[in-house]
Amino acid sequence: MNTNYLPSDYLPIVVQLLAALGFIVGSMLVSHNIGPKRHSKKKDDPFECGIPTEGDARTPISVKYFLVAILFVLFDVEIIFLYPWAVNFLDWMKESREMAIAIFVEMILFMGLLLVGFYYIIRKGVLNWNQ
Amino acid sequence: MNVNYIWYFLTFLTLVSAIMVVVVRNPIHSVLYLILTFFCISAHYVLLNAQFLAAVNVIVYAGAIMVLFLFVIMFLNLREYTAESKTNLVKLGAAVLGGVLLVIIVAALRSMQIEPLNKATYNSQVGMVESLGKVLFRDYLLPFELITVLFFVAMVGAVMLGKRETGERNF
Amino acid sequence: MDSTVFIVRSIIIFVIFGITLLIATYSTYAERKVAAFLQDRLGPNRAGPFGIWQPLADAVKMFTKEEFIPAQANKWLFIAGPCFAMLTALMASAVIPFGDTVQYEGQFIAVQGIDINIGILWIFGIVSLGVYGVMIGGWASNNKFSLLGAIRAASQNISYELAMGLSIIAILMMSGSLSLRDMVNQQATPFLGVSGLNWNIFYQPVGFIIFLTCAFAECNRTPFDLPECETELVGGYHTEYSSMKLGFYLFAEYINMFVSSAVISALYFGGFNFPGQAWVASLLPAGALGHNLLTSIGVVVFFGKIFFFIFFYMWVRWTLPRFRYDQLMNLGWKTLIPLAILNIVVTGAGLLFDFKPATWLIVIFVVVLAVISAAQPRKTMRPQQSTV
Repeated sequence: MNTNYLPSDYLPIVVQLLAALGFIVGSMLVSHNIGPKRHSKKKDDPFECGIPTEGDARTPISVKYFLVAILFVLFDVEIIFLYPWAVNFLDWMKESREMAIAIFVEMILFMGLLLVGFYYIIRKGVLNWNQ
Repeated sequence: MNVNYIWYFLTFLTLVSAIMVVVVRNPIHSVLYLILTFFCISAHYVLLNAQFLAAVNVIVYAGAIMVLFLFVIMFLNLREYTAESKTNLVKLGAAVLGGVLLVIIVAALRSMQIEPLNKATYNSQVGMVESLGKVLFRDYLLPFELITVLFFVAMVGAVMLGKRETGERNF
Repeated sequence: MDSTVFIVRSIIIFVIFGITLLIATYSTYAERKVAAFLQDRLGPNRAGPFGIWQPLADAVKMFTKEEFIPAQANKWLFIAGPCFAMLTALMASAVIPFGDTVQYEGQFIAVQGIDINIGILWIFGIVSLGVYGVMIGGWASNNKFSLLGAIRAASQNISYELAMGLSIIAILMMSGSLSLRDMVNQQATPFLGVSGLNWNIFYQPVGFIIFLTCAFAECNRTPFDLPECETELVGGYHTEYSSMKLGFYLFAEYINMFVSSAVISALYFGGFNFPGQAWVASLLPAGALGHNLLTSIGVVVFFGKIFFFIFFYMWVRWTLPRFRYDQLMNLGWKTLIPLAILNIVVTGAGLLFDFKPATWLIVIFVVVLAVISAAQPRKTMRPQQSTV
């Protein structure tokens, strides 16, 4: 088991990044240069099932999507807090059972309070998509 | 390989991309530069061997908050009122606020006491997730539990923001 | 890290890179063959024997097609979208442990790109970045269908990412490490007397189901392929794309399938461990040769598991119909997230009271509920009105 992690472990990532970028830029250049190019007014319009394009596509969207994004940020941060807790769970059990139970109860409290908020959101109908 | 060069390169990249965030006109390009900035900061965390912080920085900032920014910019169609919002008063206010923040940061940095590196007691694994959890759930328990209150307020705020107003046009 | 290790690691990374591309290419062929098999057709059989050169023909076609950029599109972002999708897909494979160590001149070198402390968070971070490619591409096209596909994809990906993160927590509680290699090594211990069979699936059935569902949703595969459902949205976020840019989007999907299959096998199905590996190790010669042979068997077994899950993706694609959007969001938010939290709580309680397979109780409970509700007389269904 590796117990001594160092920043230099990440150096091969640079190699992978360069390989990936090289592959992407290379195939983009190749496909850009060997394909045909023919332009016309109708062809350069966005394809909307043959109906002439009307107005700008970038119209405001339903607020539900934003709410989902905001809730996602909140829950993501919550999950991040769970990681250090979950990783140490076995260590705490080894140290003493009482402490493990105490910290487990704390986390249940944390998640319980969060679930109260989640319940509030569901009751408010934020996540109802079929109306 | 000399670590100093990597550090200089990363810092240069961070500063350039951070300046580009402010300079470019297209808000979407600006968000993309901000994502690049977060990556550079994560790389700095890796150099400090704070691997968990590096990952969390990518997941939360680059992966979650920037998605929210992109959502707002892309799908609110902000292009119509970009020019007229920059009156002189706004510019003056922004300059004053930024200056005050800069003064605060400089003052805080000057008053900070940094312990010199002690090679005998230094533990290179202190930035790993295990040590973070041990400190967070033992010494900083009350702040941790208070975060839920913050989350709760944020959820209520999100619901309030999301109230549908009449006359809106959307999908 | 000295230069020998760095060079070996770079070679490993290049080999994995090549294998990733090869598997992604041949997944397209396999998908068409599996589809043909399931629908009682022949599938591609013109290019070479059994059509095995079909992927090459496809690649040549992709390269020589016209590269089309709509007049109203945002040109640079339009190009950046597929590149970003491809880049995130290609970066994920670095932390996957493909095999045990290789013994070479007294050094043990892990068959893995990088062995880092935060392996699973690396995957998670890359997955959370995958949404940018779709969003940028769909928005830059300036097409109403692309835009709809992009918001759908983004909302779906971020919703299922939450349940995915929560389902990993339960595994972490049992393994006590974020490193994928540590997690795989822990599954090498005997289970019911069979060595190398202590797989997490026997302790985490609920977590596995949640993770699998979320992996399908993250890869935009059927039954979660709403971002590109052709009956409603033409081509979804890649409606306007052609030539290799379209190829990148499709390719990224297959690479993501490969990576997620590898992660599923590593987390829940023992990675490179296989039943009876202690017995096999005792048959092999001692020393470096035997060790390396065992490692290579492990790599082959690992790829076998990966291929099974890739096949599973295709199998499901031609078996299940697509969800409706409100069903998809309800499943993600109102079912999977509470279930994942319950899974964490039950796992924690099970660990505290020394009963590791505690989450089977959830499975039993759900099955009993399902049987009871199935036994009741069916209510007449009214069609739901949907305006979203």
